[in-house]
Amino acid sequence: MTDKLHKIIAPFVGETGGLISAMHAVQAEMGYLPEDVVPVAAELFNITKAEVKGVISFYADFRDQRAGANHVRVCVAESCQSMGSRELVAALEERFALKLGETDLARELTIEPVYCLGLCSVSPAAEVNGKLVGKADADKIAKRVEA
Amino acid sequence: MIKIYVPLDSAAVALGADEVAEAILAEAQKRDASVQMVRNGSRGMHWLEPLVEVEQGGKRIGFANVDESDVSSLFEADFLTKADHQSCIGEVDAHSFLAKQERLTFARCGIIDPLDLDAYAAQGGLAGLKRAIELSREEIVGEVMLSGLRGRGGAGFPAGIKWKTVSEAEADQKYIVCNADEGDSGTFADRMIMEGDPFCLIEGMAIAGLGVGATKGYIYLRSEYPVALKVLNQAIEIARENNLLGENVLGSNHAFDLEVFVGAGAYICGEETSLLESLEGKRGQVRAKPPLPALEGLFGKPTLVHNVISLCSVPIILAKGGQFYADYGMGKSKGTLAFQLAGNIAHGGLVEKAFGLSLRTLIEDFGGGTRSGRPFRAVQIGGPLGAYLPEDLLDLPMDYETLAEHGAGVGHGGLVVFDDQVNLREQAHYAFEFCAEESCGKCTPCRVGAVRGTEVMERIAKGEDWAQNMVLLDDLCELMVDGSLCAMGGMTPIPVMSAKKHFPDDFEPDHAVRAAE
Repeated sequence: MTDKLHKIIAPFVGETGGLISAMHAVQAEMGYLPEDVVPVAAELFNITKAEVKGVISFYADFRDQRAGANHVRVCVAESCQSMGSRELVAALEERFALKLGETDLARELTIEPVYCLGLCSVSPAAEVNGKLVGKADADKIAKRVEA
Repeated sequence: MIKIYVPLDSAAVALGADEVAEAILAEAQKRDASVQMVRNGSRGMHWLEPLVEVEQGGKRIGFANVDESDVSSLFEADFLTKADHQSCIGEVDAHSFLAKQERLTFARCGIIDPLDLDAYAAQGGLAGLKRAIELSREEIVGEVMLSGLRGRGGAGFPAGIKWKTVSEAEADQKYIVCNADEGDSGTFADRMIMEGDPFCLIEGMAIAGLGVGATKGYIYLRSEYPVALKVLNQAIEIARENNLLGENVLGSNHAFDLEVFVGAGAYICGEETSLLESLEGKRGQVRAKPPLPALEGLFGKPTLVHNVISLCSVPIILAKGGQFYADYGMGKSKGTLAFQLAGNIAHGGLVEKAFGLSLRTLIEDFGGGTRSGRPFRAVQIGGPLGAYLPEDLLDLPMDYETLAEHGAGVGHGGLVVFDDQVNLREQAHYAFEFCAEESCGKCTPCRVGAVRGTEVMERIAKGEDWAQNMVLLDDLCELMVDGSLCAMGGMTPIPVMSAKKHFPDDFEPDHAVRAAE
């Protein structure tokens, strides 16, 4: 594990903002940031473990656990609120018996809030497994999840 | 060979444009039709997306809201040569939504192939950079000063003054940093132009480099914009191959190069000092000002930090002169603004117009009223830190000064429309929740104030010590305005106080609560 992390992180040392880019790269490869990432990055970037941990915990994108096999992000910002995102979230929570921000025990599904996808002219918006959904409703989202 | 345009813009893609493009190519092959597919940006008529355009006799004919299941019927109706399918909206350029606009910054967006540098140049691109190369630094800054351009990210600071400060600073290295961390709900102009006309941003940054003496640029892009990332990276490669970037920009003795940096999901990184911290690979915590980033910015070097649209306005200012740009607009609000119609609106999309038109014109004439068809109730202008305004203020002209007089701001030009189903107390509550979620935590008024705000709002909602909590709310807002380090905490009170001022009924304790007391 440590060797693998070393290999992913090393090319970013010396780059502008390299630590953040390195964390993106690790997460793209592994689906999350394992604990071992902290000492490895600290050593490579020559900073303290606290500094690495501080950066990871600051940014919403970085996760310490793999998301579910299906990953739904629902926009909960104002524009989508004006088109019923609160009701959409409630419908999804009921349909999948999951609260916003949770992953089910079988790790089949994660539903998370997102603050704006830049699709405010076609609200409400969501993203299912990396694919954008405009004028979203629970059926549209469920279809993508099941597909 | 018939040219077909299917947008690659995220809004179009979110409504199925990728599938439509694929289906058209498959069907064309089946029918042996010779077509050339261009993935353009969006025209900004997002309620018509996916909007397929076909070049017929030199005109671009539009087919709106095309679903992949419509594709075979389009071919049956001979849409490559005729305009009689039920989805046909006629010539796209003649559409009243576009014909009434003044597209300076978005002149090419949706029209050209975003990655075709020749098409870019043929449509007026590169003229600004070519002229800048002939000018001295002072002359370039002078043009920007003359244009009256103000920062389009939200603060509205005069761009020329910023340019002059960076230009006159002495340093071995200076930077251009483009703030593409467009996190405000209701805004998508940055995304649209980065996806639809990336060379415009690259050209604007190169001109800025020449103007202030910077050789290196960064685009700080939010991670929620994967399409923009892909397009920008491809465009930068093409720009390097064609000497638009590199050691000798367009054959001159000026060097300028840039790269994209991807953020990691923090709204606060749209604040310029937080953005710089993040770009240095740290937590995106706000810095105290002074020192100004113009003097001590990225890695302590003089840095010109500008929003995407500010930088994208620069090529036309240099190409046509600062005065040309300044002739648009009113008062101290010069030029055009890319208004974004969002939320509960029938015709959501982008309207670029000179400053001075009214909110009513934007919402009713361009926007066609609410999408739900219910009565209009409120509009939030300028993102999550912007004011909620009621119907009787819709005749205000949109310019920086007039809105400021009414406790509102243009912000990044986003308008989020709400119908009569909205409860403004809930929206005020959300403003605090959002601030609590996104506060960087550096200063106490914002970090703690946001949480206290949500608690106060909960008590107001329940009618608990209602009168005292309403006073407490005013007090808290005053403290956050006066004491916060940056606009996050300092402007969160704007949506809260505007909601309270213009929609007091929504803050009254519920009848049920009152009955129970």
